[in-house]
Amino acid sequence: MRIVHTDIVRDAIKEMCIEANLVLSGDVERRICEARKQETSELGRKILSQLKENMEIAEAECIPICQDTGMAVVFMEIGQEVHLEGDYVEDAINEGVRQGYQEGYLRKSVVGDPLLRVNTKDNTPAVIHMRLVPGEQIKITVAPKGFGSENMSRVIMLKPADGEEGVKEAVIETVKLAGPNACPPLVVGVGIGGTFEQCALLAKRALARSLDVRSELPHIRAMEEELFTKINQLNIGPGGLGGTVTALGVNIETYPTHIAGLPVAVNICCHVNRHVTRVI
Amino acid sequence: MEKRIHTPLTKEIARTLCAGDYVYLTGTIYSARDAAHKRLTESLAAGEALPLPLENEIIYYLGPTPPRPGQAIGSAGPTTASRMDKYAPALLELGQTGMIGKGRRSEEVIASMKKNSAVYFAAVGGAGALLSKCIKKAEVIAYEDLGAEAIYKLSVEDFPIIVVIDCNGNNLYH
Repeated sequence: MRIVHTDIVRDAIKEMCIEANLVLSGDVERRICEARKQETSELGRKILSQLKENMEIAEAECIPICQDTGMAVVFMEIGQEVHLEGDYVEDAINEGVRQGYQEGYLRKSVVGDPLLRVNTKDNTPAVIHMRLVPGEQIKITVAPKGFGSENMSRVIMLKPADGEEGVKEAVIETVKLAGPNACPPLVVGVGIGGTFEQCALLAKRALARSLDVRSELPHIRAMEEELFTKINQLNIGPGGLGGTVTALGVNIETYPTHIAGLPVAVNICCHVNRHVTRVI
Repeated sequence: MEKRIHTPLTKEIARTLCAGDYVYLTGTIYSARDAAHKRLTESLAAGEALPLPLENEIIYYLGPTPPRPGQAIGSAGPTTASRMDKYAPALLELGQTGMIGKGRRSEEVIASMKKNSAVYFAAVGGAGALLSKCIKKAEVIAYEDLGAEAIYKLSVEDFPIIVVIDCNGNNLYH
């Protein structure tokens, strides 16, 4: 058994919230640079150049990449040999978010009640997904999610007869509906299978996966590649103003499902696809 | 076509702008997003005076991050304009001539833009750090309790925006 104090978790979360909002991960940065060379629209290239310049300013001057510094989504995989000492772990996570958003000059974008809508002023609570795994380590991923793109995401309960074609149509349709609203170029996270809530979580996990990693399942890898090509033929383009770069990547995660169902979730993210992972 | 314009954005200037024009904007603009628009609309319904001028003015759909010491403003890119669709026509009726955001607008907003000679501009979504460099001064003038959703008076210099929908209803997204 390994003892880990929750102060370590809190401090890690704080630092990861700040880092995620100032520096884009290498996979996304490389895709934007490649996209700039591939884009055929002149205005599209100009916008992609601005996104690149934006990233440089953000990192150099500690100005968040995007003003929507998101709702903090935290994935935590806790080794079952770990004993957590100190505060209740969710309180420690939220304290890390509170400190990170305050000290990092990040925007407080969370309202305490979805209908009464009073800002909590410290960006808490986070959305926390915890899982027990073998081992004695803790793996934390912080993925602050902006809502311009979150609002354009969908869950669709397809029928088994809709099959692979139905899934592809659902993804393409979601991207078309998102269009210019979700700040293209987009990263598209897709969850297929599970139950209603599980497929949404798969889509969120898909966004947190590096764009350099393709699915290990051959038929899913082929679907990722096909959807990536088809989405980039939609002529939505950078900023939604036309062009050949609509998506920077399509990541798909799957899970077994029921004989009667084929749930599909499409989680849309803008190019500011923030995710930082740390192992404690 | 590249154009440089100064505020106030009169209806005469607005009518010269065409969908696709790349505009560098200089002058004073105001920020307002969801919660501020809701309050403005409630004030109008109650017959109260509004805390910002509207005639020939531009509203930027923005909720910035807080500035670090020495910065005028934090990250300051556009938010999705369609969430303001419900509120925008009433403000255009009062003389507002420009809106800056990103994404599509409703038919009702476009009809009101045509009627009132107003223009919808897009700033590049997700380029908040870059855009913040063009904002030289930022001052909260109303609804401070809303935090990032307060109304700011902003001084901008060569702020880069694109005319997406002009006052004839031409739409660059189509």
